[in-house]
Amino acid sequence: MGRLINWIDERFPLISTWRSHFSEYYVPKNLNFFYFFGSLALVVLVIQLITGLWLTMFYTPTAEEAFGSVEYIMRDVNYGWLLRYLHSTGASAFFIVIYLHMFRGLLYGSYQKPRELIWLLGMALFILLMAEAFFGYLLPWGQMSYWGAQVITSLFGAIPYVGDSLLIWLRGDYHVATATLQRFFALHVVGIPLLFLVLVFLHIIALHKVGSNNPEGIEIKKHLDDKGIPLDSIPLHPYYSVKDFVGVIVFLIVFLGIVFFAPEMGGYFLEYANFDPANPMVTPEHIAPVWYLTPFYTILRAIPNKLFGIAALASSIMLLLFLPWLDKSPVRSMRYKGRWSRMALAAFVVSLFTLGYLGTIPVSLTTQYIARFCTFIYFAYFLLMPFYSRFEQYLTVPQRIEK
Amino acid sequence: MKINYLRGARASIFLKRVCKRRLVERCCSFRTLKIGVSVLGLFFSIVVVTPLQAAANPSIGILPIAVDLSDKEKLQRGAKLFMNYCSGCHSLRYMRYNLMAKDLGLITFDGQLDKNLLINNLLFTRATIYDPIEISMPPIDARQWFGVVPPDLSLIARKRGAKWLYTYLKSFYEDKTRPFGTNNLLIPGVAMPDVLAPLSGRVIAVKQDEKNGNSFQPSLLGLGGGEMTEQEFDNAIQDLVTFLVYVGEPVKLVRYRIGGFVLPFLCIFLIIAYRLKKNYWKDI
Repeated sequence: MGRLINWIDERFPLISTWRSHFSEYYVPKNLNFFYFFGSLALVVLVIQLITGLWLTMFYTPTAEEAFGSVEYIMRDVNYGWLLRYLHSTGASAFFIVIYLHMFRGLLYGSYQKPRELIWLLGMALFILLMAEAFFGYLLPWGQMSYWGAQVITSLFGAIPYVGDSLLIWLRGDYHVATATLQRFFALHVVGIPLLFLVLVFLHIIALHKVGSNNPEGIEIKKHLDDKGIPLDSIPLHPYYSVKDFVGVIVFLIVFLGIVFFAPEMGGYFLEYANFDPANPMVTPEHIAPVWYLTPFYTILRAIPNKLFGIAALASSIMLLLFLPWLDKSPVRSMRYKGRWSRMALAAFVVSLFTLGYLGTIPVSLTTQYIARFCTFIYFAYFLLMPFYSRFEQYLTVPQRIEK
Repeated sequence: MKINYLRGARASIFLKRVCKRRLVERCCSFRTLKIGVSVLGLFFSIVVVTPLQAAANPSIGILPIAVDLSDKEKLQRGAKLFMNYCSGCHSLRYMRYNLMAKDLGLITFDGQLDKNLLINNLLFTRATIYDPIEISMPPIDARQWFGVVPPDLSLIARKRGAKWLYTYLKSFYEDKTRPFGTNNLLIPGVAMPDVLAPLSGRVIAVKQDEKNGNSFQPSLLGLGGGEMTEQEFDNAIQDLVTFLVYVGEPVKLVRYRIGGFVLPFLCIFLIIAYRLKKNYWKDI
């Protein structure tokens, strides 16, 4: 074994890579619950890639066959139902994990200098994940798949002058049809996953260049021992590899609990309307995306003008990209930031949940007012951040991480 | 801990007092934030548990039904009812006869599929036992007779839910204004005739004259004259709905069973992994 490793190491930087990224990659010793979700995102990614690969073997991407081939997977393919439920639950799990991963960033200021690029790469991954989920959602070719794709692609039709031609070009037909399904399929199984993997790699490389932030927001590299190792750190392997392993098992218990006992999750993970095959002649009374896109969908619906609605939808996501430069606070963690930052974050989270819930129910006058109010809070959180984060009182961050 | 005032911050008269309070607040409001997030999480999970299935006529109360998929006799009675009363118009395109028969327990003593039992009791077409459950009614005729092609029912229970189906099947009544002389309270003007009328007997709608409240919702009154009593009829519909729930997802019991092995295994594994982690971290 040793000889084999030596043989490889003479031809490939095996041992040095292992050291610099695992056994001698130093991580703050005080990482908490919220730091599980990075490794969990990787686990979910692997689940999605493997189950997706197998589903591709049995799925047929044509308007006539798509719905039937999914039912064929569910009934005739051995353990096909398991593959499909793992994949459909994995999609929702991916968003839960990523939203918590991003919330961690907001909570502890992980996007601040020098980690802006990690945040930007992460945001690119988030946008890709939403695109991947959207493309994938058309594939079962149910009513909600079809009409969801119809609504979202029609957004491009609202662009002045070029909208209509752009729409036909994007769909490959005058409405969502086999041509659309096949390009969505190609993007879902090849295009976006490849780009996604590259960005995940870059995200991790960028992280390992500057090192992890921590719940205290203390820069551990300021206090090194005589070997140049941060005093408040421990190597990733074995300490965090065994810790994250525990996290993975807890995650799998919850995840497989859903897969085996509640894969529909009350209609939130698998929408009931999607058990009806796509019918271009019948528009459902209530079109709603899957829960993970509903906050943005509600922002879109809250604005009466279609074009401005789309602009609001796009900017609600784009604003997240500017977060490292909107936060003017000299401290990172919410533990040391002032009252205003905490209240703003709390209001943001509440409004996000409310927006998410409103996106799953039909519009009424009351919900529309609540949606507008929450949209206002959502934008205010970002746009007012330069002010409240600059002028609020903050606490002094200790020099070292306490035991 | 010292307090910093940011650029151009106002005078710090209350510095000492604030200093004390701030320490307490820091812990409190941070904890409040965390608790807030978890409460929201809880709220969300409750919302998640509330099903999204909606009825066509919201003023009709959806009736409760308990579905027990492990009750093979119930499933067999449901299949019998389906094949005799529904399968003329409604297909189960994604269900195969042999798979259905196996799951329904139509097996011989040596565990093989009892083909004769299946063919003689549940297979009324020229299909082989390996075929999906299709109908022979041409769509063109169906459109002429009913206005629509009767939908495939493979996934109807997953789309509508058991309670909805139960309520729907119990909501037919006589209505001379309709082409087939029957109507449905849950979906007024439904194209489907009351095919179970020979079993249920005559059912008429009675206008309620409730003085308190503004509900003019008619209620149904059974006049009898069918092959079954009301209780028998309710049981029969429950059998049918249970069968349709099974058809919606034939592997449901399989996944419960596998899940019952996987989760305890992971829980035991968790104990081992957690102790390993504790052991590594004891010096940190």
